Amino acid sequence: MGWAIALHGGAGDIPHSLPPDRRLPREAGLRHCLDVGIAALKAHKHPLDVAELVVRELENYPHFNAGKGSVLTSSGTVEMEASIMDGKSKKCGAVSGLSTVVNAVSLARLVMEKTPHIYLGFHGAEAFAREQGVETADPSYFITPENIERLKQAQDANRVQIDYTQPVQKEAKDAAATIPNGDSQIGTVGCVAVDSEGNLASATSTGGLVNKMAGRIGDSPIIGAGTYANHLCAVSATGKGEAMIRGTVARDVAAVMEFKGLSLKEAAAYVIDQVPPGNAGLVAVSSTGEIATVFNTTGMFRACASEDGYSEVAIWDSPLK
Amino acid sequence: MGGWAIAVHGGAGVDPNLPNERQEEAKRLLNRCLDIGISALRSNLSAIDVVELVVRELETDPLFNSGRGSALTEKGTVEMEASIMDGPKRRCGAVSGLTTVKNPISLARLVMDKTPHSYLGFAGAEEFARNQGVELVDNEYFITEDNVGMLKLAKEANSILFDYRIPTLTTCGGSAAMENQLQMNGLPISLYAPETVGCVVVDKQGHCAAATSTGGLMNKMTGRIGDSPLIGSGTYACDLVAVSCTGEGEAIIRSTLAREVAAVMEYKGLNLHEAVDYVIKTRLDEGKAGLIAVSKNGEVACGFNTTGMFRGCATEDGFMEVGVW
Repeated sequence: MGWAIALHGGAGDIPHSLPPDRRLPREAGLRHCLDVGIAALKAHKHPLDVAELVVRELENYPHFNAGKGSVLTSSGTVEMEASIMDGKSKKCGAVSGLSTVVNAVSLARLVMEKTPHIYLGFHGAEAFAREQGVETADPSYFITPENIERLKQAQDANRVQIDYTQPVQKEAKDAAATIPNGDSQIGTVGCVAVDSEGNLASATSTGGLVNKMAGRIGDSPIIGAGTYANHLCAVSATGKGEAMIRGTVARDVAAVMEFKGLSLKEAAAYVIDQVPPGNAGLVAVSSTGEIATVFNTTGMFRACASEDGYSEVAIWDSPLK
Repeated sequence: MGGWAIAVHGGAGVDPNLPNERQEEAKRLLNRCLDIGISALRSNLSAIDVVELVVRELETDPLFNSGRGSALTEKGTVEMEASIMDGPKRRCGAVSGLTTVKNPISLARLVMDKTPHSYLGFAGAEEFARNQGVELVDNEYFITEDNVGMLKLAKEANSILFDYRIPTLTTCGGSAAMENQLQMNGLPISLYAPETVGCVVVDKQGHCAAATSTGGLMNKMTGRIGDSPLIGSGTYACDLVAVSCTGEGEAIIRSTLAREVAAVMEYKGLNLHEAVDYVIKTRLDEGKAGLIAVSKNGEVACGFNTTGMFRGCATEDGFMEVGVW
């Protein structure tokens, strides 16, 4: 047994030809966040703290679609959302429609711990953030040039897309032709962790879909869709939000383990298989320290490690090292 | 079996001291809604159309907590939410934070049918409503005198509850609210507004659909989202079954209640009644909630671990029942 951790920076149609200036910073980000998580677990921090901590790091990293670096709505603004769940108690917290909160996942945790509610959105969530004195920034802080370009591409192509569609470069127009339906990339970040006592937790955070309608809520803040944890496992999903919501993806992994007796890996594969190809990925850990990372997209930015010394950072099927 | 079936609810968690007159009023509304649904089913409307139609009726009537007659936020305003799901292909739509849309469930349906998304909230949802030309009204339209009074009492009760948070022994001379130990969502049952309305239907083709709508928790923080618009928690429909839940939002979300019914049918092979029973008895922990469900085989079931749930159901073979306890 022992501890285990897995984190992701989004699944999608990540091309193998991803140029180094797009790939290397993300690999570095994954490694860094993995190290942060490992150190926390070694210091016996509770998985809930670990998941929050790691997702905060991912949010702060501008190369992933959460916090700084979030993709833009059709109006060119940022609307962020997140959720967090504790396996043993099944307590959970979620937020949507944030525009100034630097770490959405931490606000989700505060909703869980400081209010009688589970989920706050938009103006109410922003007001709560101010009451709680969390770190906020001008909306422009979250916007990066790459995302301005992504939005422009999507609006030109008149399509809602998930963010890792293709490198944001002059080949954009060619790239657009090779994307089946433009909907197959995603960005989101997430982390799941378990300690040697079987305490489990999951957290997920995102800026959502490029060119989304203002007010659009995806799967990331929805308990059972993007995030879930109980006594058996913790799951954080990434993909086309609408598909994850109707597939209750995160919840189903645990349900299939419990009701069909499948192992974590089998359950994860089973559930992802039910989602149309090119639309989903997830990371999960079980109470016994197993890890599963499964996706039906071209790739998924991910990293994982366990107490026995195993560790991996990967984008496509074969781990990088 | 086979054939169509329909169930409606007006919320779980009823004050045992609810005056008879109110109970009769509720039953009349439930009966009326069932009649509307049955009529539609006999005219061969599809399940998704029927659930929307019935929930619109529930939203328009001020009696239950949805649309007009919604519970009030801590600021005395109304913020409504709803979700709808179509079993075949599991298409879904949801809305939250509505303040001017007369029928939230219809906006949820438009999200499902007219956008590439599943869920819109707050300003974005209101803007979509304007673009779609749905009927809009002032926020005051939704506010009833009853609920203004309830909000005041709820605020008082919350401060009383905080001050007198001594469990067990009743004190003599305690306020009426405190003598009744039954609570839901932290409020004495006499002040608790059952949180939702919903409808589930299976049509003659065996297609299931579910819809849920609410004003939410009395005295809630603005921006608070409950279980009703969350697919898998308050609402769920697939090939096998359609479910709509009501009760303590936190408990319903934590247990992904609506999905749970379908999951045990799908993965454990339970039939509808076994599934509803199992889920209500074992999956709610200390939470209090109720639900209604129909299966593709034309069965209907409801379950609740609360004191009462306003509900009604009917099946094609002539069965019809409306109840509170």
